[in-house]
Amino acid sequence: MMDVEEERLCLFGIADCSLLPPTIMVRLITHNLLACHAKDCNANNFPLQFKDVKLEFREADFNPDFLKGFMPKIEWKALVDTARELGDTSLPLEQPEMLDDDFLKNLHHVLLEIHVEEGSMTCPNCNHVYPISNGIPNMLLAEHEIG
Amino acid sequence: MSRPELQAPPEIYYGDAEAKKYTQNTRNQQIQRDMTYRALELLALPSDQPAFLLDIGCGSGLSGEILDEEGYVWAGVDIAPSMLEVALEREVEGDLFLQDIGQGFGFRPGSFDGAISISVLQWLLNAETSHPTSSPPHRLNRFFTTLHSALRNPSRVVLQFYPSSDDQIQLITSVAQKAGFGGGIVVDYPNSKKARKVFLCLLVGGGVGQQQVPQGLQGEEEEDSKARCERRREREKLRTKSGKRKSVKDKDWILKKKELYRKRGKEGVPNDSKYTGRKRRAVF
Ligand SMILES: C[S@@+](CC[C@H](N)C(=O)[O-])C[C@H]1O[C@@H](n2cnc3c(N)ncnc32)[C@H](O)[C@@H]1O
Ligand SMILES: [Zn+2]
Repeated sequence: MMDVEEERLCLFGIADCSLLPPTIMVRLITHNLLACHAKDCNANNFPLQFKDVKLEFREADFNPDFLKGFMPKIEWKALVDTARELGDTSLPLEQPEMLDDDFLKNLHHVLLEIHVEEGSMTCPNCNHVYPISNGIPNMLLAEHEIG
Repeated sequence: MSRPELQAPPEIYYGDAEAKKYTQNTRNQQIQRDMTYRALELLALPSDQPAFLLDIGCGSGLSGEILDEEGYVWAGVDIAPSMLEVALEREVEGDLFLQDIGQGFGFRPGSFDGAISISVLQWLLNAETSHPTSSPPHRLNRFFTTLHSALRNPSRVVLQFYPSSDDQIQLITSVAQKAGFGGGIVVDYPNSKKARKVFLCLLVGGGVGQQQVPQGLQGEEEEDSKARCERRREREKLRTKSGKRKSVKDKDWILKKKELYRKRGKEGVPNDSKYTGRKRRAVF
């Protein structure tokens, strides 16, 4: 199989290609929602642990209303810990009550602008490894792992 | 030719060649987009808040591109690597996962404000192997129970699909009900051979009994979906002078995105109009 970059070159012409932004990768916004779904893995199966990651940063439009609406869904400790593992220490340990602009900008960056391109996610409970390639996590289970 | 889901497993059927053919076909693009707009209409999201959605069986992103243009943040799952690869090439904005929906989801409770699925569910009705976890009822059950818990209360899921018999509709609705969903089937243009479309509209919580299953569209002819959208916008103008759902993306973003799609030789990008970037509001 051709890799995506090569294929793009063929499809759109080299000149055009240099203008294209990098592709979308798994971001912490979805990582923070994702638990292991292997058979009988129902406890301590979150958050999945990143390993050997390759990161990319890509600007996204800042929308404070979206972030405020999303706040209640966040597992705060998992988000802070994961961000720190990936080298971002901008978030406070405690989820703040006052949502000022500085805080929201940091949250925006952590949730939406850090992209994990390659690497893997390991379940802390059953140790199942979900590989990430081209920014797409492979969530497929083997027959004996299906619930 | 028999239905695609009877020919091969989805990840084989949608191989490199078919994924490209499927995505580049202008007629197909139009059909998938129209159904996505209709699904969003049936989803009836509150107009005043941004939403995080799941696109089930997102494929190459034809449905996801509408979610982008409408300003939603979303995640998509699909079992066919070739389809996902095309989605990457097309620079859709959603986070993508390689996932078999018949194995269930691992998303935490309340993750999504809603979900759509366009032309996918019929693929769950065929067993690939003789393993017990491969039977359609088992897979449907895994799918609906884990989907139900991944959704916020209250919320909705709208799944357009192609059933081949009433028994299939029976099976699907009964498994969905057991998983905790309310709601039911909406049929658009039930008397038209060509335009008939089946939507499973599922409701989560929020006094499921009180929520009404929406009405299907009537008539023989497929009404021009664009005309319907424009009329809906007119109605919206009258109704909401203020308090519109704020899009995550502004008008500039959408125009930039459309320009990018065009540059790459995609066809069927709607022309820019004065409506570009404005929220469409669901009205039944
Ligand atoms: C007709 S395409 C629709 C794609 C997209 N929703 C659209 O509107 O263009 C059907 C998609 O369902 C996917 N699919 C089929 N079975 C699936 C499964 N078990 N899990 C995840 N995706 C599946 C296929 O890979 C394919 O991309
Ligand atoms: Zn696990």
